[in-house]
Amino acid sequence: MNGELGAWGAMIAVVGGAIRVSTPYLYVSLGETLTEKSGRVNLGLEGTLVMGAMSGYAIAYLTGSPWLGVLVAGAIGAGFGLLHAVVCSLPRVNDIAVGIALFLFGTGLAFFLGKPYIQPSAPRLHHLALGWWSASPQIRVALEINALFVAGIVLALALRFILAGTRWGLVVRTVGDNADAARALGYSLRGVRTLATMAGGFLAGVGGSFLSLYYPGTWNEGLSSGQGLMAIALVIFARWNPIHCFWVSLLFGAATALGPALQSIGYTSNYYLFNAAPYVLTLGLLVWSSSPRHALLGAPSELTISK
Amino acid sequence: MSEPTPPLVDVRGMTKRFGALTALDDVSLRLAPGAFHAILGENGAGKSTLVKCMMGYHRPDAGHVLVDGQEHHVGGPRDAHRLGFGMVYQHFTLVPSMTVAENLVLGKDDLPAVIRWDVERESMKAFLSRMPFRVDLDRTVGALAAGEKQKIEILKQLFLGRRVLILDEPTSVLTPDEADQVLGVLGEMSRDGRVTVVLITHKFREVEAFAREVTVLRAGRRIGGGAVTDLTRADLVAMMIGAASLPEPAPRAALAPSPAMLGVEGLTVLDDRGLTAVREVSLAVGAGEILGVAGVSGNGQRELVEALAGQRRPESGIVRVAGDAYRPTRGQIRRRRVFVLPEEPSRNACVRQMTVAENLALRSFDRPPIALAGGFLSRQQLRAQGRELIERFKIRAAGPDARLDTLSGGNVQRTVLARELSESPKVLVAQNPCAGLDVAATAEIRGRIMAARNAGAAVLLLSEDLDELMELADRIVVMFEGRLVYETARAAADPHVIGHSMASHL
Repeated sequence: MNGELGAWGAMIAVVGGAIRVSTPYLYVSLGETLTEKSGRVNLGLEGTLVMGAMSGYAIAYLTGSPWLGVLVAGAIGAGFGLLHAVVCSLPRVNDIAVGIALFLFGTGLAFFLGKPYIQPSAPRLHHLALGWWSASPQIRVALEINALFVAGIVLALALRFILAGTRWGLVVRTVGDNADAARALGYSLRGVRTLATMAGGFLAGVGGSFLSLYYPGTWNEGLSSGQGLMAIALVIFARWNPIHCFWVSLLFGAATALGPALQSIGYTSNYYLFNAAPYVLTLGLLVWSSSPRHALLGAPSELTISK
Repeated sequence: MSEPTPPLVDVRGMTKRFGALTALDDVSLRLAPGAFHAILGENGAGKSTLVKCMMGYHRPDAGHVLVDGQEHHVGGPRDAHRLGFGMVYQHFTLVPSMTVAENLVLGKDDLPAVIRWDVERESMKAFLSRMPFRVDLDRTVGALAAGEKQKIEILKQLFLGRRVLILDEPTSVLTPDEADQVLGVLGEMSRDGRVTVVLITHKFREVEAFAREVTVLRAGRRIGGGAVTDLTRADLVAMMIGAASLPEPAPRAALAPSPAMLGVEGLTVLDDRGLTAVREVSLAVGAGEILGVAGVSGNGQRELVEALAGQRRPESGIVRVAGDAYRPTRGQIRRRRVFVLPEEPSRNACVRQMTVAENLALRSFDRPPIALAGGFLSRQQLRAQGRELIERFKIRAAGPDARLDTLSGGNVQRTVLARELSESPKVLVAQNPCAGLDVAATAEIRGRIMAARNAGAAVLLLSEDLDELMELADRIVVMFEGRLVYETARAAADPHVIGHSMASHL
């Protein structure tokens, strides 16, 4: 069956994989975009993602409701965001260092608390079968789309609107682009950044629950393998634009799906090499989009990395 | 839509202490509706502290504000906004990545959760039609010239219904023409009773040309003031600096013209964003000559200085010293004696956490007598050199071991100047050497630069202060958008023409 479609089969598998795999990237990158627009970098989102995956899975297993799991994962993510924001608002604290600490703390805590949930199987999130019209099983599988993916697209559009056309969006951008102006307008930098970091954490937590509750759909310690960190790099490449975040997430999803897709058509040599595609892509994009001669275009000017 | 008229404002007995320092000592101010009131004083005289107390940024230790006879507590900027107070800062508080329209809307205290852009734009257009400035609402602020930004800052305050405008040295980033236009329009509006203007400045000319009342501050105290027409320039000078007259300009030795010591040919330099900041600039400075580069901040001066100092690699072009190609490596800097006093030296030319003596030795620590055999340093020699330079350049520091960040701005400037001038430079590049210094320190630093010129150095002096260039330079060129667009000899220089070419190369 696979052999019949050949290269086409691989293409379809990559596209389907991209849609499936891109969702956590999309949530983390949208969350990080919002946080960075307020002038702060939260490198801890990898830890938040893993915590979200663990807690979402645990809650789904304990209550039988995967959607409650998603919600709790988001809430835990917001809690991690709050922790990051509170520590960062202390004097002379560097947000990058706090982020790395929370990254390690989050993954460590998730492994510790998640030990009992590695074996049992929790109910998974359902998907929308958008491939009903096709007779080809590959296309059907590729078009099994999770509601969280659709929600992610809506979220990207909503975030773009919020940043451009609401009071909240303008205030967040002001705080991230010109702290003096925000102070002169009487806004609290700490308050805005705290809320933006919490919202970012919420989204990363939701992204994590997707990993454990839909694809791959189990909880184990190697679940994320750095997707949260790659999503942060993705934000730089997407130039802090929510719509670009969506497209770049798809690209990263495709890179991540490359290895499994080739395997699915029976091409197994260099399997580990193709599995490394997303890391190579991250490195390549960062090298390509940075320059020793000039600062990052479009970066919020209050970010520690822009100064 | 009728415009509200400005209120009567009475500031009484404002006092603000920072630790042991009394920054503001019992200062009172009365602003009639439609007043144009200048607050004149040197840096550190307490001008900004006074208005920051009015705006609610500082909590005064004593004193209060009466508006239309009623006492009001100003606990923060929002309280001040409700009273109709608006401040235009020296540094722009516009958000560079946003459009003009977004910036105008942003300041509203009652900004709705979802912005109805069609409604907002209508109200903005109606507002702009009553204003004397023209602006394009859809331009991104970051791409605008400084003069445009300053106008938008002012428009923003008026759009937000602020009727008491406090301007903190608003003309420091403007060309003389732009300054005259902005202050002229505000002068008219205040005469019509539409706004009250408070102008913070250290420039006598602005007080005389635009203000109707003046308050002079020195060391946190109100020294004098009154109607501007009742005061002479001599009165203002005496009140502001506490001496009978301004210091005399440094003597200029008559030197014969000499061949170029510093030559720049076709230099192109990019800025941090990768855009061309310096475009094929060519210039030549002779030994014993000061070439002044005029221009509004942000027209490539910083990048030019950084390229000459070796802090930024040029895209193309050649720099020559005494005719030979020059690259700012440590060896060549030392051999050619090319020294640089960049702007904001505490950021660009010092290590703030090191001591004064260590900062003074940054050019000399790797040579004897400070460097010893085997890579060791002689702290004794380092301190001795520090002590000697502190003495010679009258640096006010607790001693050679005081950390640099404990020094005042003027003394940081003296420290860097001491380091750069101690080895009798052949080429000296200086940018805004007197920014933020008081009159006495300014005169001293200018004197040292003139002395270096008289001793035969080729001096490239980039300054945003046209008066400084008129005093020091032998020739003046104007830099605009990375190009040199105008050149004149000092004798023939007309500040008006220079100011005009600072705004455009037409």
